[in-house]
Amino acid sequence: MNEMTATLVATVREACSELSDAGAVAACADGGWNAGLWTALEQIGVTAVGVPEEYGGSGGDVAHAVAVLEVLGEFAASVPLAEAALLAGWLIAGCGGAVPSGPMTAAVAGPGLRTRPVGGGLSVQGRIARVPWARHAHQIALLDGARVIVLERADVRPAHGTNLAGEPRDDLDVDAVVPASRVHAASAVTADAFHARAALGRAALMTGAARRALALAVAYAGEREQFGRPIARFQAVQQHLAAMAGEVLLAKTAVEAAALAYDTGGDTELAVAAAKVVAGEAVGVVASLAHQVHGAIGFTEEHALRHSTTRMWAWRDESGNEDAWSAALGRRVAAAGAGGLWPLLTGPARSGG
Amino acid sequence: MDFWNLEPVALPAELDVLRADVRAFLRDELSAGRIESRCDQWLGGWDGGFSGRLGERGWLGMAFPERYGGTAAGALARFVVTEELLAAGAPVAAHWIADRQSGPSLLRFGTEEQKHAFLPRIARGECFFAAGMSEPDTGSDLASVRARGTRVDGGWRLAGTKVWTSGAHRAHAMIVLVRTEPRTADRHAGLSQFIVELPHPDVHVRPIRLLTGEHHFNEVVLDEVFVPDARVLGEPGSGWHQVTGELAMERSGPERFLSTFPLLSLAVERLRDHEASRVGAVVARMWALRQASLAVAGRLEAGAAPAVQAAAIKDLGTRFESVVTDTVRLLTRAVPDPGSDRPLPRLLAEAILHSPGFTLRGGTNEILRGVVAKELGTR
Repeated sequence: MNEMTATLVATVREACSELSDAGAVAACADGGWNAGLWTALEQIGVTAVGVPEEYGGSGGDVAHAVAVLEVLGEFAASVPLAEAALLAGWLIAGCGGAVPSGPMTAAVAGPGLRTRPVGGGLSVQGRIARVPWARHAHQIALLDGARVIVLERADVRPAHGTNLAGEPRDDLDVDAVVPASRVHAASAVTADAFHARAALGRAALMTGAARRALALAVAYAGEREQFGRPIARFQAVQQHLAAMAGEVLLAKTAVEAAALAYDTGGDTELAVAAAKVVAGEAVGVVASLAHQVHGAIGFTEEHALRHSTTRMWAWRDESGNEDAWSAALGRRVAAAGAGGLWPLLTGPARSGG
Repeated sequence: MDFWNLEPVALPAELDVLRADVRAFLRDELSAGRIESRCDQWLGGWDGGFSGRLGERGWLGMAFPERYGGTAAGALARFVVTEELLAAGAPVAAHWIADRQSGPSLLRFGTEEQKHAFLPRIARGECFFAAGMSEPDTGSDLASVRARGTRVDGGWRLAGTKVWTSGAHRAHAMIVLVRTEPRTADRHAGLSQFIVELPHPDVHVRPIRLLTGEHHFNEVVLDEVFVPDARVLGEPGSGWHQVTGELAMERSGPERFLSTFPLLSLAVERLRDHEASRVGAVVARMWALRQASLAVAGRLEAGAAPAVQAAAIKDLGTRFESVVTDTVRLLTRAVPDPGSDRPLPRLLAEAILHSPGFTLRGGTNEILRGVVAKELGTR
């Protein structure tokens, strides 16, 4: 980690320690959000991390965004930073638009949405399913073919829903005439590219949550005594903890390598697919072993472990689960043909002539 | 905790040229029939001629400075060469231990005379090493070795037995770990390393055949072998420190997840158009393991010795090697057959029959997880 990233991560960690402890997380349990933490993150200047400063973003690259998201995942932070920075800010800045401040989310317009030009604007009507954090967002950046439509709160009616962890996942009923100033033409972004970045954001959060679940399990195993000694002294428990650590290390490296692929012009489609699969597998192992190590207490509402594990279970199925991304990868492998797997994994070898 | 300090590495563009050269060379070797693609060739594929051809091209001893016959190309360049060799299923066993760990150990702990005596020959692919660590009663618990070294006039006399010593029947030298001082409360103290040149009249090498009947392992009896002072490696008594210094190199390399890659590479064509997600799941994990292994190479390049991360990655990688085999076995429904004239049944047979070794060699997975658990603060 370079110095700038390390400083950023340390600052975000400090804010989370103060403002996203177990009590704060529990207070957001049923569709709430952590407005105080969001304000602190705005003051740090990371709510549009990875978005160029000239468009009103926080600067930095995808690696910075991923590093911040890992910390937010660790603290189960109830803020829409993945949506605001990795998606909405990126969509708007990509069209040359000015990125608004305040909490934002983003979605791809599906077949349930109809648009037609009216007067100087665009009529938008229909429904978009399960938009993360929608009820708390001041703006919703909507990718609709080759344009990005920025909806405001008054344009939408959220039908409340949540994921396994109680994070808002609202269906949005849209009925509005959006002025031309909020309709950005000439987006070069495909829906696939949008989904890939969304998946990377989830994978980064999952890695952070898994790291927290491991830390809780290590701490608990050191405190809990059975047969006259801490259960961490039992090899069976040690093997569980080490297996968890290996999975987290692999997922973390994969997620950060995928971010690096974005920042260095690598094969992002391959990298994100692999990272989301590996992160999904990791959280499956880590969540079940973390609960196993904790015994019955970890299975209760009073214990903080649930904040991490319910998020891991929710996030692994959002933005494409292990099977969906594995299938996408499998199709790449099939398309690469005979002898094509190794070049696919390692990148093309450029001849020195 | 240092455990989480592992950065992904984007390989520098100039290594693409190296990769292309290695690929072109391997294509030539394969199409001319000089080598054959097989699984687990870093244990089973001993071909001194092939090692020599790698040496001619500067692809051995890439970690050694030029004055010792190396190319000083570094850990990342070496990673590119070794992963290309492994993915192609090329026969790399002859030089493997010398290039991976004996050479770097000599470079780090050896005398000037030792470096000149061995490193240029290793880099040319003319001098192969074996690693004398395990014993009949010493496997995972390496500090319990009983082979002993006794001070005599002008050197040391070694006695004891080493086992599972790959390639000792063909190697030119062997670095052995023996006890040179009585065991004390500090069980890691009093161990030393010696370079024994082979063949040697007082070193008796007997085959221990694998369950396939193949001869790679040996029992090596040191029958009062005289080793001159000039062949002590490093400081007498510092053997434990020296051996554990090799572990990051020994445990993190691409051979820990690529032993069965030739099988997968061959099978993917058969798996087109069906079961995309099961193939994709394997490829996803392979991609991630490669990134992690590469990240360790990046830390080695920077002069660190990330032994605990290497242990974690080896645990994941070696379990994964059998997942590859099982995925190919189930999806192709091929019947493994070591005598088949078709490559898929033959490679599948090799992968299955060699699989017990994956999670044993270089530290059992249980021991590796113990190393990780200790780092987490549980012991």
